[in-house]
Amino acid sequence: MAAVDMTGMNAEGLRRDGFLERLKLFGLCSPAILLVLVILVIPAGWLAYVSFLGADGQFSMENYARMINRKSYMRIFITTFEVSFMTTGICVLIGYPLAYFLSQLPARIANICMITVLLPFWTSLLVRTYAWLVLLQKQGLVNTFAIEMGLWDEPLKIVHNMTGTLIGMVHIMLPFLVLPLYASMKAVNRDYMKAASNLGANPVSAFWTIFFPLSTPGLFAGMLIVFVLCLGFYVTPAVLGGGKVIMVSMKIASNIELFVNWGAASALGVVLLALTIGALWITSRFVRLEQIVGGGH
Amino acid sequence: MLKWLREPASETQITHGARLWLYIVATVIMVLLVAPTLIVVPMSFSDSQYLEFPPETWSTRWYEHYFTSPEWMSATVTSFQAAILTMLVATPIGILAAYGLHTSSLAYIRLVFVLLITPMMVPLILVAIGAFYVFVKVNIVHSLFGLVLAHSLLALPLVVIVTGSALKSYDMNLEMAARSLGAPRWKAFLTVTLPQIRFAVITAALLSFLTSFDEVVVAMFISGGDNATLTRNMFNALRDQIDPTIASISTIMVLVTSLLMVLSQIFGRAKGSG
Repeated sequence: MAAVDMTGMNAEGLRRDGFLERLKLFGLCSPAILLVLVILVIPAGWLAYVSFLGADGQFSMENYARMINRKSYMRIFITTFEVSFMTTGICVLIGYPLAYFLSQLPARIANICMITVLLPFWTSLLVRTYAWLVLLQKQGLVNTFAIEMGLWDEPLKIVHNMTGTLIGMVHIMLPFLVLPLYASMKAVNRDYMKAASNLGANPVSAFWTIFFPLSTPGLFAGMLIVFVLCLGFYVTPAVLGGGKVIMVSMKIASNIELFVNWGAASALGVVLLALTIGALWITSRFVRLEQIVGGGH
Repeated sequence: MLKWLREPASETQITHGARLWLYIVATVIMVLLVAPTLIVVPMSFSDSQYLEFPPETWSTRWYEHYFTSPEWMSATVTSFQAAILTMLVATPIGILAAYGLHTSSLAYIRLVFVLLITPMMVPLILVAIGAFYVFVKVNIVHSLFGLVLAHSLLALPLVVIVTGSALKSYDMNLEMAARSLGAPRWKAFLTVTLPQIRFAVITAALLSFLTSFDEVVVAMFISGGDNATLTRNMFNALRDQIDPTIASISTIMVLVTSLLMVLSQIFGRAKGSG
């Protein structure tokens, strides 16, 4: 191909052929593009349109005004952010030591330990949520065990509330933080650490001044994946929250299922989407999008 | 053991003893990651109405209940049908797109990539209500066809990413060689390129299957009636009470997942292209 002479009489024709070829190859994407357009983009556009219609079918901002005026809607947004920030924070506190531990192990042992991160990653989210529901209930394993060990005296209420939701969410989100973080830690050149200690840094300061800053791309990527996933999460808060933790996605569902109010649901959807895109946009400032989505699998 | 504690553990000469806490913390976290799912397995064999661990008397009554219930059986069949069809739809469409993205050097091709991976970024609930709206209009809500379409949408990004990254590490000159020897492009792709990226293709297919099989939120809106999925029925049962039957279904689902995971490790490992 490279040897084709583009300067001759045929240059114009060859260029056209080349363009057609590329167009044909591009055409291979068309079934995929069609699927995304018909099932996702067009409905999303329609939902955005409906969000600006009032109850009478005329243009109105009432669906958005409701979110600001009504206390219950404000609460839902606060809860959503609360759950998302808390989950992300706890995931960092738990996930960073785990990823660091895994990154320090010899490859063979690391691969075995990695199964403990990958197994939950592959297991159905519903099954894991159910498992926590069973474990955390009043007569559940966690309560019985803690009372036997003398950690607390009476069965604590640790499910059907914020505590239960957070426990379940952290368990589900942790692999999404650990996997990109681990990849990023593995990429750190170990010679830098050697150099740091050679120059007199003690292990703690070598870690904080050299290793930690170099692991931040993976950390940020993981944190934002977790945060974005939390923003739109539905199943776990619905089951473990017991109706006390109402997130935006749950309000959207109930607006459609119970009240058949497409306008209200759509407006919430638009705001949720805007928050998600905002978070992703911030992510793209730090890391390439492909890196993040590629890190998951 | 004591000697090991005093040995240096990393380049900074920190000893194993000095970071024993890290080993303990990490082990506890790893146990906590795996234990909850595994504990459901023995619980599902408990005779009691209240899931106990360890079970006082063993029984398979919850499995019997599951296998003899027409609703649960019909939901299981639907879930498997949807998952297999999703795999069969999303994998080829995704491979075609990944190949197109990889070879076409048109400007703005990156935008197409972003478009194709949006389904994994958009909150599921929005995909659910969007699809619900369209499906009501064209009257395919509660149909297997609609369910497969929506699940294929969700699986598509995974296929594009997994096979796309395999194509990146694949030497396109091999396909060029086949074509220069007279093979048409499609034949060169099928006989030369595809076998080379087969591990990624298998991984992508398994991921598509699981995406559909485990999906709850979209299924909640667009599946129903005779075509309600297993996860939809489980979710509805969970919201009401703790039905021990769910424990037996969960065990079976964990089994299916583990099986797929082992398969992907066997097939995906060979060349590290997964």
